[in-house]
Amino acid sequence: MKHRGYYGSFGGAFIPEILVATFDELDARFRQAKEDKGFWEEYETLMATYSCRPTPLTYAENLTRHFGGAKIYIKREDLNHTGAHKANNVMGQGLLVKKMGKKRVIAETGAGQHGVATATMAAKFGLECTIYMGEVDVLRQRPNVFWMEQLGATVVPVTDGTRILKDAINEAFRDWVTNMDTTHYVLGTACGPHPFPEMVSWFQSIIGKEARVQIMKAEGRLPSRVFACVGGGSNAMGIFQGFMDDPVELVGVEAGGQGIASGRHASRLCSEDASPGIAQGYKTYFLQNSDGQMEETHSISAGLDYVGVSPILANMRDDKKARFEYATDTEVVDALKLTMQMEGIIPALESSHAFAGAFKEVANMSKDDIIIINQSGRGDKDIFTVADAIGDPKWKEFICAKAKEYQGDISK
Amino acid sequence: MTDTKTSAPAPAFLETYIREQRKKKDILLMTHIVMGYPSFDASFEIVRQMVDAGVDLMELQIPFSEPMADGPVILKANQAALDCGATVEKCFEFAQKVADSFDIPFLFMTYGNILYKYGMDAFAARMSEIGVKGAIIPDFPPEEAGDYLSAMNKYDLSAVFIFSPETSDQRMKMIDAHATGFIYCLARKGVTGKETQFSSDMGSYLARCRQFTRLPVAVGFGVKEKADIDFLVGKADIAVVGSQTIREVEQKGVDATGPFIRSLSLLV
Repeated sequence: MKHRGYYGSFGGAFIPEILVATFDELDARFRQAKEDKGFWEEYETLMATYSCRPTPLTYAENLTRHFGGAKIYIKREDLNHTGAHKANNVMGQGLLVKKMGKKRVIAETGAGQHGVATATMAAKFGLECTIYMGEVDVLRQRPNVFWMEQLGATVVPVTDGTRILKDAINEAFRDWVTNMDTTHYVLGTACGPHPFPEMVSWFQSIIGKEARVQIMKAEGRLPSRVFACVGGGSNAMGIFQGFMDDPVELVGVEAGGQGIASGRHASRLCSEDASPGIAQGYKTYFLQNSDGQMEETHSISAGLDYVGVSPILANMRDDKKARFEYATDTEVVDALKLTMQMEGIIPALESSHAFAGAFKEVANMSKDDIIIINQSGRGDKDIFTVADAIGDPKWKEFICAKAKEYQGDISK
Repeated sequence: MTDTKTSAPAPAFLETYIREQRKKKDILLMTHIVMGYPSFDASFEIVRQMVDAGVDLMELQIPFSEPMADGPVILKANQAALDCGATVEKCFEFAQKVADSFDIPFLFMTYGNILYKYGMDAFAARMSEIGVKGAIIPDFPPEEAGDYLSAMNKYDLSAVFIFSPETSDQRMKMIDAHATGFIYCLARKGVTGKETQFSSDMGSYLARCRQFTRLPVAVGFGVKEKADIDFLVGKADIAVVGSQTIREVEQKGVDATGPFIRSLSLLV
């Protein structure tokens, strides 16, 4: 292992000694795969036949008319199998797992999309699967817990720390340091120790490659801006990589929670509240106190509710290669409602941040401009959270009736 | 980035102390506490009883919110200490108090971010000032330890590094070239506080550790009773007892510390 995996001053591999050999093996396998054209072809074929790649680029005609500014296109990662961009990374790592001959996979999950994708991959490839999920997220993303368990995975609720995504990552690492001989840790985002940020970004680059070809085919020219939500940063890295060398402004939208001033948010790159630090095996901007203890984060979307962020994006921020904004919980729900009603598309609460960020800017852009919004996932999974945010009385009636029915079952 | 050193650093205080103590004892005992758990007052009393019972050196853990290498017992102790208001400053003050009060060497154990946020050089300067002799930072492998090593060397402090059963011979040599004080050998895979098999496999692993370091060898992770320590005599210089002391205190109270440590000691 060399001193490697740095992006400016961010990244690295701050790993316990017990995992060094495991990371060396993973890195070597990843290098082989990256240099092997056949591997990428195998990956594309798998994604075309098992998932739904290439995912469409949808022209949002009604939203475009509504705002009267730039033309709005939506990259439809929600149409991936399992409903989010997470499948891209998971199936890619699944191919590596097969080559490494490991029999078990573990993963952390926040919103549950990465957990469902990993459980799906494990079922397809015949692997044992354990998913770590913060107790808070288990409660707010019950439908995904149900599917993970139905797919054959063991879901372990994590009751330590703040009981959300970062705590699930710590617990997955604790499993890995015990079971690395048989087990691969399918890290779900472009964070963590090297080579994860590079590897996850590489698999996700399929989004940007497709989007660039698709927009050139549809419009014959490049977009002015590309919007993506940023939790760990893998969907943003995915689409940004298609436009890295182009005169295209890349905009990452973070979780503004209840507003930056409230302190209840998860904005690491666009607020003054974060500072460089080292945790979970890598160096990046963390929301932490002056002692270096990680702070509690808040977001309506479990998938963006995270203290750290991809070291690659941290470096892009410092180098001004990308701009970072935030959207509050309220703005996000409004953007979600508008998108549903105007386009018949249901973005996940995570993805709705990208929509909300774009909606703040699009009306002020010229009609000659084009923007692409990356819809990283679909929103059906958020039915409980969205129903609460909207306060739909018919949904509440339904839940109460359903609860009575179940109570009847239990008492019998 | 770490320089590739051609010669090993000069022996620091800690190594010399360990070699002197070993002339008197077959094996030394190092114990561990999380500072501020269950309180700073209780921590002081635990240290007092440990020293009184004949402990040779001690790890003082500065609690961190993301203790990746620690198992459930120490993880919860970290959280509880932080919830009760433990700060880095209070830990420095506590460490100074114990270093002034007791005549054994104390080391810090914590995670890299605590040093990084404090400033690597400032942290080492403060350690030197209060009389803490070295540190164990499990998420700083030598590859990421350039600034840390410069600071520790500048103040003549020991930077203890870790060998694991997964560490190759070649890597052990590389780590040894950067380490000072002693080498901390993980008895097994996994996190702190789980069951360990003290078997012939471990015997050959420890022989391999010995072969590739010039430093004294400590063994930790799962050491919890006298039989474990007896097994390590002749194979290691220091036995490390961590999670088990916390368990004893949780179950029986602070005053159980002294009797527990005495139950481990060969001298009784």
